[in-house]
Amino acid sequence: MTATQPTTGPGTETADQASVAGATPGGRAGGDLRETLYFALRNPKVLVGGVVVLGFLVLGLVGPGFLRYAPMDYAGPPMAPPSADFPLGTTTFGQDVFAQFVAGLRSTFLVGALGAAVAGVIGMTIGFVAGYRGGLIDELLNMLTNVVLVIPGFVVLVIINAYLGVRSVPMQALYIGVFSWPWVARAVRSQTLSLRSRDFIDLARLSGVGVSTILRREVAPNMYSYLFMTFVLLFGGSILTAASLDFIGLGPTNAMSLGLMMNQAVQWSALHLGLWWWFVPPGLGITLVVGSLYIMNVGLDEVFNPKLRET
Amino acid sequence: MLTLDRLDKVYKTGTFGTADLHAVRQVSLDVQRGEVVSLIGESGSGKSTIGKMVLHLLDSSGGTMTFDGRDVTSLTFRERREYYRRVQGVFQDPFSSFNPIFKVDRTFETLRRSYFPRVPPADWRERLEEALGSVSLQPEDILGKFPHQLSGGQLQRLLVARALLLDIDLLVADEIISMLDASTRIDVLNLLVELKSRGLGILFVTHDLSLGNYVSDRVVILYKGRVVERGVTGAVFDDPLHPYTRDLLASVPHLDRTWEDVEAEETERSASLAGRCLYHEALAAQGRALGEEAGGVPDGVGLVEHSPGHFVGCFRLAADDDCPAG
Amino acid sequence: MALSVTDLRVWYRTLKGDVKALDGVTFDVADGEIMGIAGESGCGKTTLGKALIRLDTRMRHAGGTVALDGDKLPIADDAAMRRYRYREVSLIPQYAMSAMNPTRKIGKMIRDLLAAHGVRYAEVLPELERRLGLVGLDAEVLKRYPIELSGGMKQRVVLVLSTLLDPSLLIGDEVTSALDVSSQKAVARALVEFRDRGFVRSMIVITHDISVLFQVADTILVMYAGHLAEKAPARTIIDAPLHPYTKMLIGALPQVGDRYDEQQLSGIEGRPPSLLNPPTGCRFRDRCPLAHDRCAEAPPFREVAEGHQVACWAVS
Repeated sequence: MTATQPTTGPGTETADQASVAGATPGGRAGGDLRETLYFALRNPKVLVGGVVVLGFLVLGLVGPGFLRYAPMDYAGPPMAPPSADFPLGTTTFGQDVFAQFVAGLRSTFLVGALGAAVAGVIGMTIGFVAGYRGGLIDELLNMLTNVVLVIPGFVVLVIINAYLGVRSVPMQALYIGVFSWPWVARAVRSQTLSLRSRDFIDLARLSGVGVSTILRREVAPNMYSYLFMTFVLLFGGSILTAASLDFIGLGPTNAMSLGLMMNQAVQWSALHLGLWWWFVPPGLGITLVVGSLYIMNVGLDEVFNPKLRET
Repeated sequence: MLTLDRLDKVYKTGTFGTADLHAVRQVSLDVQRGEVVSLIGESGSGKSTIGKMVLHLLDSSGGTMTFDGRDVTSLTFRERREYYRRVQGVFQDPFSSFNPIFKVDRTFETLRRSYFPRVPPADWRERLEEALGSVSLQPEDILGKFPHQLSGGQLQRLLVARALLLDIDLLVADEIISMLDASTRIDVLNLLVELKSRGLGILFVTHDLSLGNYVSDRVVILYKGRVVERGVTGAVFDDPLHPYTRDLLASVPHLDRTWEDVEAEETERSASLAGRCLYHEALAAQGRALGEEAGGVPDGVGLVEHSPGHFVGCFRLAADDDCPAG
Repeated sequence: MALSVTDLRVWYRTLKGDVKALDGVTFDVADGEIMGIAGESGCGKTTLGKALIRLDTRMRHAGGTVALDGDKLPIADDAAMRRYRYREVSLIPQYAMSAMNPTRKIGKMIRDLLAAHGVRYAEVLPELERRLGLVGLDAEVLKRYPIELSGGMKQRVVLVLSTLLDPSLLIGDEVTSALDVSSQKAVARALVEFRDRGFVRSMIVITHDISVLFQVADTILVMYAGHLAEKAPARTIIDAPLHPYTKMLIGALPQVGDRYDEQQLSGIEGRPPSLLNPPTGCRFRDRCPLAHDRCAEAPPFREVAEGHQVACWAVS
């Protein structure tokens, strides 16, 4: 434990009248929610990204109800290019590509949300506990984090999928989540460590409040903006991982997904036959959704951190 | 009321945690109701560590702590909660003591949820206003504001008000005014003295001797984790015995004397005490040798009573120095 | 006259407008004088110190002049000031001792600094070692890392470093504030010694701790909310202050020897005004026990006795 010098004293009291007068600290709960929303809606990155993602989401949620053909039905002439009847053409078996696309969107969003939830909960719990407790618990959790970080997650996922087989999208999301949390744990831990040394945490302890309550009521609220962005990134990451798994044929086969579409397209020589309407839309869809999420994240960073704002 | 008996705090340092750092070494002191005891020391003296141990924010490594006769050296979570009804603390940095993203009301809210869950809102409001009044704050100036909208002095008083809500017996004030401006410091100090007259016991941790002198009834001088001198404020400051205390007093910048003036005064006293160690002289007078100190205290870390209520420890400064008495 | 400041105005640019941190200050520092600047947070003393050597990007020179040894200092021009910085005017900024690169040895850091100003390390090394010895430091210190030194030692290294090229003016901002009482005494005495030996011609010591100023400074300048309140020889400020703010400030300082039971001291109620839109007239008006109608007009900083200037209608 290092000895601390007596601090400089009153010079630090108002900590620069100038900066206090000028800056508006972002990321505060309550009354600042409106201010945050105001800036969020005016940030072009957040706006554009948000609109794109929302658009796809709506399509994925609502679309299947309006489909004329089911994704797996042999609905029309095989290998037909896009037309009025089939906006995205048909596959080599005459299935409606558009129907597959819309159904695939739904499972894409599902795996994204679930994967983010699993990874987020694990990562944050470990991060908060390790950061707050310190000592032996911190060491152990750090070791765990490092081990999982170093394991080539994708390879393990491939093996799990190949040998155990993945029956459904939620299971796939679970597996993905279990390998995506280390960076979250690290980031949350370091933030918690720095907050831990602040006096208001000591004061909360002096109020007879337990550890979990302190983490929930004092530590986490300081990090709301960061936690939100973490979820956004996890969401995108899960979608990408799932699509990669599906593409190599290791995803759930009972439901249509965008990656599966691309897998089948390749399998049935769509590239050679020039059936671009079969593999381009799913690829573009994934790119746009994940890309928009990442752009939204950059925009949110500006919203929550006033120093990055262009105004 | 509060008694610390040979309290220790040891940290493990060094490459493999093999070396020991004695942040606090065999410290014994007591605080009674209705008095202010100042814990004076410079950086590295262990004073804040003692404050944190009294507040159970740190565990002690040895020795005992007694509060109203009960042993409180180690407490379970539940026992700690009860302990905090009687003992509270205020810290150095007022702006760090509040969660910057919430309004200051929330601090009271946390307290209410923890200790007064069944108090009706109207009663609570009344109690709050009473506590704020006793620290000379107007509720309408304070409630509903964020920490950065208030001044350091207001925030510190707010923290004292929070402690008062619990009707405590002991307040640990850890350097509470070092980050305030000179014009507000004195108001917060005066507040502490008022509280003392209401029966509160205050452990005032500080590095500033003039402040210690102004408010406290008794002082404890700490050097590198051990108590070197202890006693009634007037006695210690008028007749400092330990070389460290004398050094401290000689280094304080005064407004009525220059350092040269002070040094001139001090040479006389230093001359009469040079080459002596009152601690070992007293031991010798009691017929005890170096290793046979009362109470089983290890060599040279104890205190002897030089005059009624005025205790002094061994004159050497570093643990491996030779005692000036030889 | 070593330093001559005339009607200096330095404002901070913020999103909400200009914060008038320094709003028209005029004073002189004579050759060989140590002037202390005292005041509480937000009074503008740090801004003043910084303005004399380098305006950072948030600061704006809004008026007034500064002259050193007859030369007008181009404080608004960052590049032109380079010629003066460190050689003629040297600053020890607040928290300087914490600003040393922890991964560099002290000697290396000094070498880099000197090289940046076109001075060869080998040439000044003998003098550097001599000065380190003067402040009680061994030349060995150059081979150590900052973390191995105590606060007092670091501060003394910074002091020696800042005065190596014998500047005309040294500005020290809170150089004794973060130190233990004994280190404080050593550093303060080192400051005076450097002036006595002629390493530095004049000095401005900025601090909130008036008692330290009493020990080292020849004159004390008291600032309040961007304006000057009083300037007088150190003894006079302490024993016979005239400005109400100075009086109340001195009255709020407990000395070793003051006890609450014997004499209760009192602070100053209220807070300094916001400098975003400072009030017209005397800025201490709201908290002053002597305030009257005339105070709606800002009092001039006038000489009322030999070497004693005050800005207060009740006095002049």
